[in-house]
This record gives sequence, structure tokens and C-alpha cells, in this order.
Amino acid sequence: MPQSYIPFTKEMKKDYTILVPNMLPTHFKLIMSVLKTYGYKTELLETNGPDIAETGLKYTHNDTCYPAILVIGQFLSALLSGKYDTHKVALIMFQTGGGCRASNYIYLIRKALKKANLEYIPVISLSIAGIEKHPGFKLSPKMLKNMIYATLYGDLMMSLANQVKPYEKTSGDADRLVEKWTDTLGKQLGLKGKSNYRKIKENYASIIADFAKIPVEHKDTVKVGIVGEIFVKYSPLANNELEKFLLSEGAEPVVPGLFDFLMYCVYNALTEYRVYGKNALIYPVYHSVYRLLCKKKRDVIDLIKKNGIFEAWTPFEEIVSLAPDLINTAVKMGEGWLLTAEMLELGKTGCTNIVCTQPFGCLPNHICGKGMMKPIKEKIPNVNIVAIDYDAGASRVNQENRLKLMLFNARRNKENDVKSAKKNTSNQLV
Amino acid sequence: MYHNYSLGIDIGSTTAKLVLTDGDKIIYENYRRHFSKVRQTAFEMLTEMRPYLEDEYLTAAVSGSAGLGIAKSANLLFIQEVYATGETVSRLEPDTKVVIELGGEDAKVIFYSGGIDERMNGTCAGGTGAFIDQMAVLLDMTVDEMDKESLKATRIYPIASRCGVFAKTDIQPLLNQGAKKTDISASIYQAVVNQTISGLVQGRKIEGKVMFLGGPLYYCDGLKKRFTETLKLDKENAIFPEYARFSVAMGAAMFAQDKEKISFSALLEKIKKSASDGEASFDRLPPLFANEKEYKEFSERHNKAKVFERSIESYEGGAYLGIDCGSTTTKLVLIGEDKSVLYSYYNSNKGNPVSLVLNELIKIRKMCADKIKILGSSVTGYGEELIKNAFHTDEGVVETIAHFTAAKYFRPDVDFILDIGGQDIKCFKIHNGAIDSIMLNEACSSGCGSFIETFAKSMGFDVSEFAKKGLFAKNPVNLGSRCTVFMNSSVKQSQKDGASVEDISAGLSVSVVKNAVYKVIRAADASELGKHIVVQGGTFYNDAVLRAFENEVGANVIRPTLAGLMGAYGAALHIMNSKKSTLLTLEDLENFSHTSKSAVCGGCANKCRLTINIFSDGKKFISGNQCQKGAGISNAEILPNLYEWKRNYIKNLTPKSGKRGKIGLPTALSMYELAPLWHAFFTSLGFEVHFSKLSTRGTYEKGQLTIPSDTACYPAKIMHGHITELIEDGLNVIFYPSLTYNVDEKKSANHYNCPVVAYYAELLNSNMEALQNVNFIYPYLDLTSPPTLAKTFEKTLKQLDASITHHEIIKAAKAGFKAYNQYKAALYNEGKKAIEYARSHKKRIMILAGRPYHIDPEIGHGIDKLANTLDFAVVSEDSVCDGVPRQNVSVLDQWTFHSRLYRAAFFATQNPDIELVQLVSFGCGVDAITTDEVRSILEENGKHYTQLKIDEITNLGAVKIRLRSLIGALEES
Repeated sequence: MPQSYIPFTKEMKKDYTILVPNMLPTHFKLIMSVLKTYGYKTELLETNGPDIAETGLKYTHNDTCYPAILVIGQFLSALLSGKYDTHKVALIMFQTGGGCRASNYIYLIRKALKKANLEYIPVISLSIAGIEKHPGFKLSPKMLKNMIYATLYGDLMMSLANQVKPYEKTSGDADRLVEKWTDTLGKQLGLKGKSNYRKIKENYASIIADFAKIPVEHKDTVKVGIVGEIFVKYSPLANNELEKFLLSEGAEPVVPGLFDFLMYCVYNALTEYRVYGKNALIYPVYHSVYRLLCKKKRDVIDLIKKNGIFEAWTPFEEIVSLAPDLINTAVKMGEGWLLTAEMLELGKTGCTNIVCTQPFGCLPNHICGKGMMKPIKEKIPNVNIVAIDYDAGASRVNQENRLKLMLFNARRNKENDVKSAKKNTSNQLV
Repeated sequence: MYHNYSLGIDIGSTTAKLVLTDGDKIIYENYRRHFSKVRQTAFEMLTEMRPYLEDEYLTAAVSGSAGLGIAKSANLLFIQEVYATGETVSRLEPDTKVVIELGGEDAKVIFYSGGIDERMNGTCAGGTGAFIDQMAVLLDMTVDEMDKESLKATRIYPIASRCGVFAKTDIQPLLNQGAKKTDISASIYQAVVNQTISGLVQGRKIEGKVMFLGGPLYYCDGLKKRFTETLKLDKENAIFPEYARFSVAMGAAMFAQDKEKISFSALLEKIKKSASDGEASFDRLPPLFANEKEYKEFSERHNKAKVFERSIESYEGGAYLGIDCGSTTTKLVLIGEDKSVLYSYYNSNKGNPVSLVLNELIKIRKMCADKIKILGSSVTGYGEELIKNAFHTDEGVVETIAHFTAAKYFRPDVDFILDIGGQDIKCFKIHNGAIDSIMLNEACSSGCGSFIETFAKSMGFDVSEFAKKGLFAKNPVNLGSRCTVFMNSSVKQSQKDGASVEDISAGLSVSVVKNAVYKVIRAADASELGKHIVVQGGTFYNDAVLRAFENEVGANVIRPTLAGLMGAYGAALHIMNSKKSTLLTLEDLENFSHTSKSAVCGGCANKCRLTINIFSDGKKFISGNQCQKGAGISNAEILPNLYEWKRNYIKNLTPKSGKRGKIGLPTALSMYELAPLWHAFFTSLGFEVHFSKLSTRGTYEKGQLTIPSDTACYPAKIMHGHITELIEDGLNVIFYPSLTYNVDEKKSANHYNCPVVAYYAELLNSNMEALQNVNFIYPYLDLTSPPTLAKTFEKTLKQLDASITHHEIIKAAKAGFKAYNQYKAALYNEGKKAIEYARSHKKRIMILAGRPYHIDPEIGHGIDKLANTLDFAVVSEDSVCDGVPRQNVSVLDQWTFHSRLYRAAFFATQNPDIELVQLVSFGCGVDAITTDEVRSILEENGKHYTQLKIDEITNLGAVKIRLRSLIGALEES
């Protein structure tokens, strides 16, 4: 039975503004530049504050996941603000599909719109699998390709900025550089089809070089990895500005990139074939896409390594290979096995302090997050994981207190490491 | 003499502690409740030290959840409190293996073996010390008295340990049913112990020397006892040190020792400054009243909603008595034949409603003497049955009907009633003069009135004084609109930021209202509620709450001056057609006595814990029973019950010995659906198939220690117990499949399982150490058809037993599906038969709609049997949805189990004599989506929607009220 929804038509494309919820500002700005090239008018909602959650709670079931409450809150407060002609806007939301209730976000947004008597506003489902049809909104392979580069650019800048920020001599240098590059890259991505891969790789290299030039000084920090449910992990609105908090506490945040999540989605399609024999016909296509994407990530890694200043990422193939020790890669709902693998990867690369973020009551994270902490601790004895639940009612003081405990332990572990390292050297000298 | 002073300041959620050390010696300590005046208290306590430290230099560090703010604004060293405890213990008692520390609102566990592992309770697990305080208030005892009582306990009742709000829901009915306070006290402590263990231990073993720290573990002997007994610790290993309250402050002092020194006067100055710069930037709301004039107008308007009162002395004639024995308060109203109020009574029931009502009845009988004749008496509320049995009232009336009756008196065209009582919010819409839809708060968002009360007390005020303070607060704090435990944390934060008592009081009132409007009623704006709103319940005596409500809905509402007595008044009105009352006479009342004892019902395997009340006339009232057997009724008519039928079907899947040995299957989650399939499958392969038994509370407790995520649903958590049971039974091979996809009934967009059902085996494998010693197989299988099952299972089976052939697997898969299809056919047939029976015997029919695992007697808490006792024939969602086509719902219809709910709801709409009641497990993420859909399917077709939220412990009293309200609503319409 077909779902009834308002499609985004070709006519709408002409003069509608598509509102985009805020999850990853840098990434999304770049992705939106791609959309702009193809004639879409988009606007990133950068609102924040407690009103967003309040509005969300008003228009959706209060036990729904926090990300849905926030996205709905952000959309509805924008629509009700009077700033937009509600007959000339559309909304867009990602839809990955799958057994997690997150695949229902689109429907919950539509229900909220109905409740606010705005049901005529089209909600575009942005999914690679093409779950819904919107004649006015089609992703061409070229667009997808550019979005992939936009994601990698975003990941690269996020990663480099985090590696620079705690140490920068002039506070704000890294952020300014991100802004500058976002602007430049946005313009480039805005040149329809004129980008070529050589130029993109040059960009990677220049970005890395630029970040390497930021004046830094040595500071005694601890590295803290951030993993978790995709929205809460990235969105400062959802995680109470977790990265900022960690930076203010003298920690260096390590945030695995969005690109890995995209790869995870592709990889899961391969798993469907491997485990259940499904998707047999398009398996070869998925497989070559997968290999291509792996290569794209490796290219960035090579350039980071070549520059030599920054910590390079772990190739996706290696991340995949970490999971089966603890969890089957057929666990594909929510962040699934990737979440477990990311924690293992962080631990393995020496980032043993980890914040695992999730919305309160997140179903997949019962299994892949909290459910895997015991074996992870057994595998990596020094690992220092704290699970933080985010929710409209959760208090920041509680969250920060737990983060502080994690940070105190992180510092103690570091001191102990230094001590035992010294002891080892002195033993050698004797 | 040279001193090496170091000061540790620990400011927790309820108390402040100071420790001064000189080298390794503790030379001063001080402990005080701060009543949320965090900074002033710290300053006062420091000032008291002035004589000793006047011209000295010292080092200092601050710790504690409320200390962070002070440390920040006074620019002092901060140390996280769990870390501080860790420091203290590893220095003073290096051979300690585990530390358990309970604070005002935090619980912490530190493991020392194999690297320090420090844990704090999650944000969901409510307070501990504050929880004990709240419970003491509920029992109307001091914490000391409660502690002493607890030591005399003879039995432990199961009390939910997730958070204070849940526990209250459990304790209240126990009180109302006459359980002894000594036993309840001990049970409260046991709940704290269970919560600490399930929330923090998470699979690690507690052994070796265990140190117990923190205020509650210093003061409460009963709590100490429960911990040592539960953890089976001997004297040498259970350490309760003298410094239990000061461990954090001591740790802070030690931490500061080698840091920079500061003069005492400079330190004092810093703290003083932080005490005065309280106006931090927390989220503010507009004031409730702009000025006194506004308040005056408001009061005058509400004072108009009055009922005529008469003095009882001047009245002669017939009278009617209404009793509302509520969760926290008891109300009595005596009215004359003209509906005027002759006498009324409103008081906290202080944990003993029977004696309270007894005293009042004697008083009323005496006042009535010969000139007033009581013609009828009616009781409503939580304690309805107890009071009815004790005093022989003429009737018991369900709360919702009582409230509606009263509201109609004030506003005959009332179309929306909101009642916020001690611990529940009830609201109902009235349509065509009948109750149309009832909404009650879920167990997780109750608290309401009693929450404000306990909060007021904890800040040192009585509730009306506290409420008054909020009226003219300049900047009410925005505390959010979620569960009260979260509110506790928000309050804590605002205190940290320097909010005044006035602002907090007003903020709490707004929160209670927002909770009601958005969480319970789920309204987007006021026009959804109705045109003629009546608000009532004791909580609305609080003008701040009333004002906040009017502000929130943007309309004037009616609050009768009788607001807190509406249940009792309604009950009295409801019995006005009675001519002669059965109420006990004065003589009977004066000779009345009441004792209660506990017992375990032996009627069936459920082993319900009963409370038996015996009254002076020899009459017994038994509560705690899930079915009529427990109540001593044995010859009741047995109504169809598909839940029971399904349970029996599974029980009859017995092991048949075979050549390939035994295999164990946990009867949990998806097994309730697929047991017939796996039974036939493995039997065909020559395995002897053993299912674990249906759950009891004991099943859960068996596996409790290995649960890593406390907020997962109960049906998942109970799985740990089933696995434990299978291992205990000596099964070496245990099977629980990983099923991303469920069976495909081809009536939904996809056929997923929810993530928890799908992948729980992964979690079990990672967290249950005992599974490492057996062969636990949890393959990823495809249930589309026998061949896909065989294909996806083959590798695993051959690893299990190399002799298994491909042919055998195909055969087994076919046998499995055949058995499953037979089961489904039998189920559909049984569903039809049940409906036919009910129709021919004129019984109501209820679709008790949940998931297959809700048939478990422990998970479903016997609600199916309860429905039978209320004269419903019970069918399950999966027994009626067979012939129903796929539904066009406005959400993604992609889970097999959930899709059945939509179809069952549609089925109910097609049959005027069938009602649907939805069972929802706490923590079920997917049901946040399904409930709204099921509700709209039903309501768009003019049906009632009833939702029962269930968890590890469920208050059947509340369930009964809902179901009776449903019956009441059906009868009215």
C-alpha cells in the first residue's frame, strides 16, 4: 500500500526554500553548496536554545528519541516564527531505513506538521536507497559524488581542527580556517561538474598544510573520543556542546567522521547478501561502490600521512575488521556494529578515553554501546568509557559531572603511563 | 608550630561537608544539610572555622555535585567526587576491593581489582539519599524512625528500584492495602540495594573487602543490613568506616595537599564573593503574577466556584457520605439532600488510611447522632476496596466516574477535566455527556503533587508556604517538563546557579503543569482540551500551579473551592439514589479492629504475595492477588483468555529425547512467537528441546547482575534470568537466534524485529560470563521460508554437530514451519471461538494488545487474568488480526509485531462489542510510535483507547482503575 505524502514537485523546486536541520554545520554547509549548484534553495537552521526541545515536545510523543524531538522542534519553531512563507518552504530529512525507530523520523515530522496545521509542507526524504519519490528532488550520480567529497572535506576539517584547537596560540585560528575553507570549497562545489579529482586532492593537501601552519604550543591534554548515536554524537544542540566542553576542560576531542557512517550503510547492503543472500543482483554494484569509497578515504589518509603533522584516520576496511571479535557485522540497526568497532578503533589507536553518547533509551545502543562496554574493557584494559544519555530533561550538571570523572581518570591514567614509562627507562639505564 | 593544613570541601546535593587535615591527621570535620542554600552554607561553615585558622595558610579543594559552581565562581581547585573517594580509599584502606557510596542523589561504585573502575548511576536512576528521605515522608516517619522500623521487618515486598517515582507507585498501594510499615521500610532499603546492584555493578562480581560510604550508609542501619545480606558479605569484608560521610571531603583535602597555599582569610573572601554573586544565567520564565492586583482578581474569580455549605449542627434529614481514599490523602465529604456540604475532611493519610477513616467515621456518626440519617455511602480511590470491606460502604465507585460526577455539578457542560492529585494526573474528555477518553500519567511521570510537597519539605518549608513563595517570584526557573527525577537534577543545577527558593517554587509549578499538558494530555494548544475546563485535585489548591496552568493553556478555567475534595464529593453525589446504608454503625465502629498479615498464595505457580486484612467482624480482605483464586473465589466462571491459551500451548511443547542430546531455549522475547517452530525444528533434528520456564520475579533476579543497560525493557532484561536458568539446569547448548527480520506476514512495509529483539543475543554473549562455558549459538537467520532458514542455519548446525546433513536440515525447517503454521491456525481459531463464546454469554471482549512476550505472567503481571475478573473475555492481538488487511497508517509500518497492533486496532473498530487495551513495556522505543497510531485508529472510529504501561513492577491497582474506568465509560455512553 503506498504511503500518502506530499511530494516535492518540479514546480516547487523553482521557488521553494528547503530547510535543513542542523547536525554537522560544516558538513551540511558543504553539502548544501552542492544542492545549490543544481538549483535548490536551501537554508541551514542554526537556531538553538531550550525552546527547540520544548517545541519538539509539544508536537511529538515525548518518549520519542531525542534527535526526533530536536529536529521536529527546530523545524516547527522555524515554521511558526513567521520568518518563512509556509507555502514556499519544504523540509528535508535523512532516512536510512532499517529496523531502528529512527527510520520513522520523516513520518513523525509529517505528524507534527499535521498537528500544527501545516500538513501541506512537503518533507523530502533524503535516502540513498530512494525510499520515497520526490519528482522535484532527485539525486544524480554526479550530485552524490560531490556530496561524498563534501563529506570528506567536512570530516577532514573537523578532524584537523580538533587536533589543533587545544594547542593553538591564538584562540580561534582553527575555527577561522574552517570557515575560510568552507567558503572556498562551497564555491568550488557550486561549480557544476567542473571539479576534478586532481583538484580535490590538491584541496585536501592545501587544507592539511594550512592547518599545519597554525601556530601551536605544547599543552598537557588528554585525548577523548566521541562516539554514539549519529545525531547526538555530532550535534552541539543535542549533546550540550560536548566538543566545546571537552576543549574547555583541556581535552582534545577525537570524533570519528561522518564518512564512516555512510560507508557503514553501504557495507550493510553487502552484508545482506553475505548473510541472507539478499540483494544478489545489485551486489556487484554495491561492492564496487564500497571499494571506491574505501579508496576515497584512503586517499585522504595518505595525504595526512604525507604531511606528517597530524594523526591520520584508520582505513574503513580496518575498522570493519575490528568488529567481529565482539559483535557480528550483521547488527545493522542504528549505528550497529560500527559503534562497537569505533570504540575498539579508538582504544587501539591510543585514544582510550571515550564518551559514548546516546539519546535516552536508544534501542540499538543498549546492544552496541552499553552492551559492548564490558568486553571492550576486558580487551583494552586501560579504556575509560563513559556513557552519557541525552534527553530533553537530562540536566547538564549531571552530564558534566560524569564527564569530569572520566577526565580525572584520563589524567590519572596518563600520569601512571608516564610514571611507568619513566620507570622502564630508568630500569633500562640500570 | 608549623602546620600543613589542607581543607576539603564537599558539597553534595543535600549536605555540605568540611574536613581539615594537618598532614595525615584529620583535625576538624563538619557535616550539615544545606537546604539548597549551597553557597551561604559553605560560607557559614567556613566562618565557623575562623577561630582555628584566622592567620593560617592552607591548601583547599572543592568537590561534590553542587560544589562545581562554587569552585568555578570562587576560582578554587575542583575534584570530581568519585575520584576523591577513590583517593581516600586507596590511601587509607589499600586492600579494599569494592567501594559502594551512596550520596544524596548519586550512587557510585568503585572496583579496585584489575585497574580502578569507577561508576556513577546514570541520569535515569533517581536519587538514593533523597529517595530514602522521600520515602520516609511518604511513610510519615523520620528517616531515623524508618530505619529502626526496618530492622524489625519479617518480609520484603518487591518495590521498583528504577527510581523514586516508580517506588512510590508500589509503596502507595501496599500502604493502602494495609501492609506493615516495618516491612515496607525494609523493602525500601532493599529497593535501594537492588538499584545500586542492577544499575552499577553490571556484571562484575562483588567480593573481597567492600567499603560502604556516604551519608545514608553511615546513618541507616537497616540499609547496611540489606546490603550485607544481599551481597552475602561477612563481618570482615563489610566495612562501614567512621568517616563514611567524609570520604569525599577527605579525598579533596588529600588531593589539595601538594597544591598551592592560600591564606584562610583570602579563601573566606573568595567563598563569600561566590555566595553573593548568585544571579547566574539560568533559564528564566516570566513571573506568574505581575503584581498583587492581578493575584487578587485571580483569587476572586476562583472563589466563585463554590458549593453551598451548611453547618452540620443546624441540619436535619438524610445525608450521603463520600470517601476518597487517595494515594497520599484521604478525603471525606458528608452532604445533605440538597447537595450542600455538611462536613468535609482532607488530610494526608499518613500511611494508614484505615485508622484515619475509622476516626472520621466515629466522629461523623457522633455528629449525626439521631437527627441526621446517613442514607448512602460510597468510596473511591486507591484504597477503595480496603475501605469498602472494612466499613461496609454501600458502593465503590471508580475514581474517574466520581470526579466526573462532581465536575458536572459545577459545570454541567464540562468537556474537559484535569485532576492532579498526590501522585497521579488524570484527565478526561467529555463527549456527549459521557467520558470519552481518559488519560492517566504513566508511572514514569507521576510525582506531581507529592513531588512538590517532598521538595518543599526538603527545602525546609511546608507545602502551602512553599507555594505562596512562588506566586510572586520574579524569575521562575525553567525546569523542563519531564519526569520528576530529572526535575530533581534540574533543580540542583539551578541551585548551583544561585536560583532563589521563590524562583524554584514557581518553576516547579510550571513544570508540573507542562508535564500534565504535554506529557499526559499531549496537547499542542489549549483549544484541543475543551471549552469548559474544570481542574481539581489537591495540587490545584496551589495557586501557583493553577495560574501556571491558565497561562499555559491561555484560558480561564474553573477550580472549585472543593478542588481537593472532588472525588469524595462526587462519590457522595453518586450514591444519592440510595435509601438505606450498610455503613457500620457507631457501635460497630467503636468495636472495630483491623490486623493485616502477609501470605503467599498457593493457588497456582504465580505465587502471588498476598496481604490479608482481617477485620473485627471476621471479614477478610485479600489483596495482591492476580486472579480470583487468591481472593478465595474458586467457583468463578472461567472466561476465554487467549493469553492463558498461548501459555499452555508453550507449556505443552515438551522435550522428546533424541540422538543429538539436549538443547536449551530461553522462553523470552521472540521465543514466545517462535517456540512452536524451534521446538519442531530441533525435535526433528533429534535434539531434546528444553525451554526455560515462564518467568517469575525470581527469574529476573537470577540474571539481574549481568544486565549492562538498565534502561532496556523488562522483557529483554528478564532474558538474563532465563539463560541463567538453562545453564543451571545443565544445558550445554543454548540457542537464541539473532533475527533482524521477523516472519513476514506480508501485511506491512517490512518485517523487522526491533533492535532489542533482533540483537539481544549479542549483548548476552558479551555480558554473561557463564555463557563462555556452554555452547551458545545465536546465528543470523532468515525466516522467509523453510529453504532460507535451512540455508542461513546450515553452517552453524554443522559446526554444532558434524553429523547433521543438509537433507535433515531441510526436513527440520519444513517441520518447523509446519508446526508454526499449525500454531497460528489454532491461535486464529481459538480467537474466533473466544469471541463467539463471549457473544453468546453476553460478556465484554477485550483485545489485550501487546507483543507475544507479554503473555509471560511476570512481564504481563497477570493483567489478562485481571481483565477476566472484570468480566472481559480476553483475546490477544495476534489472534484477531489474521483476516485484517494491511493498514494505511501515517508512520512506517515495518515491524511484524507492531503491524499486528494496527490491524488489531482496525479489527476493534469493526466490532462494536470489542475493546482494545494496549500493553506497553517501559523503555520500548518503538511503542512511542505505535501508541499514537493505535490511539488514532481507535479514536477516529469512536472507540476508547486504553494504554497500560508496564515495567518490572506494576501496580495492578492502577491498572484496575483504568480498566474499570473503561467499563465506566462504556456504561455511560
